[in-house]
Amino acid sequence: MAEKVSKEEVMHIAKLACLNLSEDELSRYTKDMQEMLEFADTINNLDTENVNETLGSISKSNAFRKDEVVDFPNKDLLLKNAPSQEDGMFHIPKVIN
Amino acid sequence: MELYELTVHELADKLEAGEVTATEITKSYFDRIKEKDPEVRAYVTLLEEDALKKAKEVDEKRINGEKVSKYAGIPIGIKDNLCITGTKTTCSSKMLENFIAPYNATVIEKLNDEDAVYLGKLNMDEFAMGSSTENSALFKTHNPWDLERVPGGSSGGSAAAVAADMAPWALGSDTGGSIRQPSSLCGVVGLKPTYGLVSRYGLVAFASSLDQIGPITKDITDAAILLNIISGHDEHDSTSLDIEKKDYTKALVNDVKGMRIGIPKEYIADGINEEVKNAVLEAAEKYKELGATVEECSLDVGKYATAVYYIIADAEASSNLGRFDGIRYGYRTENFSNLRDIYRNSRSEGFGPEVKRRILLGTYVLSSGYYDAYYKKAQKVRTLITNAYNELFEKYDVLLTPTSPTTAFKIGEKVDNPLEMYLADICTVPVNIAGLPGMNIPYKLDSKGLPIGVQLVAKQFDEEKLLRIGYTLEQNTNFRDNKPTFRKG
Repeated sequence: MAEKVSKEEVMHIAKLACLNLSEDELSRYTKDMQEMLEFADTINNLDTENVNETLGSISKSNAFRKDEVVDFPNKDLLLKNAPSQEDGMFHIPKVIN
Repeated sequence: MELYELTVHELADKLEAGEVTATEITKSYFDRIKEKDPEVRAYVTLLEEDALKKAKEVDEKRINGEKVSKYAGIPIGIKDNLCITGTKTTCSSKMLENFIAPYNATVIEKLNDEDAVYLGKLNMDEFAMGSSTENSALFKTHNPWDLERVPGGSSGGSAAAVAADMAPWALGSDTGGSIRQPSSLCGVVGLKPTYGLVSRYGLVAFASSLDQIGPITKDITDAAILLNIISGHDEHDSTSLDIEKKDYTKALVNDVKGMRIGIPKEYIADGINEEVKNAVLEAAEKYKELGATVEECSLDVGKYATAVYYIIADAEASSNLGRFDGIRYGYRTENFSNLRDIYRNSRSEGFGPEVKRRILLGTYVLSSGYYDAYYKKAQKVRTLITNAYNELFEKYDVLLTPTSPTTAFKIGEKVDNPLEMYLADICTVPVNIAGLPGMNIPYKLDSKGLPIGVQLVAKQFDEEKLLRIGYTLEQNTNFRDNKPTFRKG
């Protein structure tokens, strides 16, 4: 079967998706993606020349609401989920030297 | 008859008649959970203390003559991707293992208005990605009809809990069959509402254009009742439709005379287990006896639905799961020296193998050079699938198909072959692609004693037809006489 995706491409995709892959994972996912893309390719048998793309699952136009600031009632609980926080702010390593 | 064996509408009648208290019902469920959950393993988190406190409050309200909902004090189990304030919402992922929800999902707010009692949070495939609940990063759930088999997925915990009488009803979510397929494998009713009928606010997003929350129940009456409770417009979900609120219990009419039922021939063909196929044809005969017209039809373009589904769902997932960065909430790696390390290492250590596989495929189909060939093409084929359904609904009130191509398979049987696992959803994914309502109705047991379900599909926002036609089948058959055996193999 024709190669749809190379290990180098999968590494590139992993980088875009912010994932590290071990050598084992890379082999596994390259093989899986090869199979899945071949399967996905069956849709190219269909002629879609004059077909519009689906943009939403139901025919509904824009949903408008007033642009108002609403205070979130549970800020403490929100911040508690941060792996590291200080004085009501998220704590991250230094990004500028 | 033990309390835990009753349906919700039976429990509600007993509560109303003063024959039983919410506390007694709740205790009955926790006793049952302690007896059965060590072997089924449906629950990720139990909320016993809060549940008993809530049940007591409701009992006091009733004693004091306060006006309460008919369903006040009735317990429910919740899939662990729905947020309840102050309660862990893990999505069965290491990424969210310690996440405490800071707000309620809209469906939870609506259940709170009815004074519902939460039994606990239910296991699932990690981030709802899977068809067997084997992708849970926490533990596997077992099918109550045969503990060596999977309960289906991704709402496997919800379906197994209801089947095992460890919850009178439960909420699940369905992106490509995740309510209906486990309901089929566990022998319970599972209803995936029309996209937009139920608010998705507070549901951890997987594929936003396909996800819907819905009921998993012991019978169709309970499904209508729960749909009444959870449906409705919500300003927090711009895709929830502002339509008139209906009373779905009015659709529970035992009569299908004159109804037109179509059976797409592609779903009773190769690739569908013989016993499952025969069950669908038997159900069709039953409908004919009851006065409906049943006809074979065709949904040829449906064969592309699984490919379309995995392109669109994974594309949306890769985007939705971009938010997990180890900064604001969720798992953070201990191994980092800079910000980029936090992102990459937290994601690599926090996500399980199936989630990574889907993020990779989703990122690929959205990436430069492949977007048109895959994503855009898939969205066009999606239109063709929707159009094909629309044409069928000009002729038929509902479509009848299997829910799952097979009955419950063995734990471990399909884990090494992702594509084979994906095909477990061939009968359910086209329904999500077109945003339609679909329902599993447990129909009979196969020769191994495992449940076979049939699926009804209706046009958008025609849940009433689904319920009426499903209810008629249920009332004229006797699946509920069967009980799970908890056997091993």
